Amino acid sequence: MTGIHFWLAILYLPVCGSKQSVRHTAATASTPSVGNHLALGQETPVELNQNMHIPDGYLSPSTCATLYLCATAGWYAALKHIKRLLATRAIPLISVFAAFSFVVMMFNVPLPGGTTGHAVGVGVAAIVLGPWGSILAISIAIAIQALFFGDGGITTLGANCFNMAIVGSFAAYAVYRLIAAKSNLNSRQRVLAAAVAGYVAINASALVTAVELGIQPSLFHDASGTPLYAPYPLHVAIPAMMIGHLTFAGLAEAVISAGMVSYLQRADLGLLRGVSGLAQTPAPVVAGALVERSPGRLWWAVAFLMLFTPLGILAAGTAWGEWSSADLTNPHTRQRIGIASGNHAPPSSVPLGIQKFSSLWTAPFPGYAPRFIKSPQLGYLLSAMFGVGVLVLASLLSIMAARKWPVKKLGT
Amino acid sequence: MSQHSFVESTIRGFTRAVSKALQAEHAATQPGLLQHLDPRVRVIGIFSLVISVILCRRLEAIAAIFLIAVAIAVASRVSLKSLAKRVWLVVLGFSGVIALPALFLTPGEPLFTAAALHLSVSVQGLRTAALLVLRVETAATLTTVLVLSTAWTHILKALRSLRLPAEVVTMLAMTHRYVFLLIETANQMFESRQSRAVGILSASEQRKMTARTAGVLLSKSIELSHEVYLAMVSRGFRGEVRLLTDFRLRPRDYVGLTAFVFSSCLAAWMGR
Repeated sequence: MTGIHFWLAILYLPVCGSKQSVRHTAATASTPSVGNHLALGQETPVELNQNMHIPDGYLSPSTCATLYLCATAGWYAALKHIKRLLATRAIPLISVFAAFSFVVMMFNVPLPGGTTGHAVGVGVAAIVLGPWGSILAISIAIAIQALFFGDGGITTLGANCFNMAIVGSFAAYAVYRLIAAKSNLNSRQRVLAAAVAGYVAINASALVTAVELGIQPSLFHDASGTPLYAPYPLHVAIPAMMIGHLTFAGLAEAVISAGMVSYLQRADLGLLRGVSGLAQTPAPVVAGALVERSPGRLWWAVAFLMLFTPLGILAAGTAWGEWSSADLTNPHTRQRIGIASGNHAPPSSVPLGIQKFSSLWTAPFPGYAPRFIKSPQLGYLLSAMFGVGVLVLASLLSIMAARKWPVKKLGT
Repeated sequence: MSQHSFVESTIRGFTRAVSKALQAEHAATQPGLLQHLDPRVRVIGIFSLVISVILCRRLEAIAAIFLIAVAIAVASRVSLKSLAKRVWLVVLGFSGVIALPALFLTPGEPLFTAAALHLSVSVQGLRTAALLVLRVETAATLTTVLVLSTAWTHILKALRSLRLPAEVVTMLAMTHRYVFLLIETANQMFESRQSRAVGILSASEQRKMTARTAGVLLSKSIELSHEVYLAMVSRGFRGEVRLLTDFRLRPRDYVGLTAFVFSSCLAAWMGR
């Protein structure tokens, strides 16, 4: 790709994507969803997420499956969390909040410059419900859009929920808590925190979406090099996606998050107590207790992730850029490297640096498996257990060291 | 942007959403091929065809599934004109536009070169753009045919019988119900605000107005959730969800299921 092609694509793609949300063209259309009965014209939820809702056909089956697994883990953890903390109140609260999120997505938010945009509402959801409640509410809203309104795909539902509900909720929650810190519930600092939280959340979601789309051409192409799914590599997908979100979509989310927090400060302060981080605040009415730490669950999450380490076997070939000397001399591997690098042939000989340092260190488990293990699945699992074990051991040693030499001793 | 345009376009969106939902409910009651099948068969069948679309790597196989989708739509009394207007043109306008630069950006064997513009269309670029657009068109057509031929309550019951947790199905059902209530509430708020408006609000005031409306809607939603909870408790809700699934598979459902699964597997195998 020449430089001019690259810049044309970068400028062209965001304009296509933002058409619907900014100018209200009939493009809501854009997404496959549009076809459905609610086929929502421009002013529907479709628009707002237009750029981020991945339709069926843009992601490979293995990417969809992996992201379904990730989203399922998030849904399971969130559901357990919410049910434990809210018991029988969980279902009506999350359902009505999901309906609220859905409707807020249809609001036209006036933006500077005379345009309007749509917000996802993930910032407000994370601030009022906490990250776990937000994951469920936004996921339910996305599922309704996909299954009833046809916005977003069925095979990509896991990806869309992962990107917007899970990544967005945690990003919004973390940024809000970080900036709001221990400030007063009525302070302007919390309004600013909400604006930045919404802005960062939507852009974090967009970035993850862009990465998922951008890895498709290098991982899934046929023998002739034709990308089988989303056709643009990372260096096109990321700028194309981010330009629209760093400007219009991010701004719409910031406006609605800050505006709603400012309104709630005057009208319904109780809704902001849940994730305020203020110890002295009374028990929250709604989401209050939705944020709670449970270290024991972390171990279950780690164990769960370890079980999925054999997924790495699904990836064909060597990861881009992680080639060995043998890979660079093998004609078959060289051909694959060339295809994965946009038809740029790898260097004719092994670079001196790789030659020099390749023998410096030999991994104990080359290929993620001890030499005596013949089954790759078992090897991946054992490697994961070993890696986690080493990290746990290092952490324990650090804790023991910290207890033995407290900070004041170190200072003396 | 004037105050009227943003408020009115929001109101129009609400109205359009509700009217189209009603149209869809009406369409689902029409007699047709899919309507005569058990909802579980419809959901499994359409989902399996969508998955096979994603699995296929050959244009011919995806085109064959597209033709199957059109045939199902015709047999299910879904208007092709409506499909063209709502799905095909719309998807072409979005995914087609998105795919356009891929013709020039995808490296490969040149098919056509415009020397003056320094642009070259590659065979690989043409193929990847066609794959993307045809995949999205086919999957969107299938999904639309399903939602236009199946009542939402039936889709939910089908999902439940496919082992989706009862809590999740209940939340989907309740959310769907309250979406329309909250749309009506938001619509009334915007209309009443609009009816009292004199002059043009500044951009900053417009943003404040939108945020305030969303804030009021949030407070109302939370209150509504409390009321719904109390109503559920008063009817004996103790946290356990039980749903009635009274579907029964008939011989024609088995035939339909076999046809769907066979078509999906065959297409996926031919398109591998």
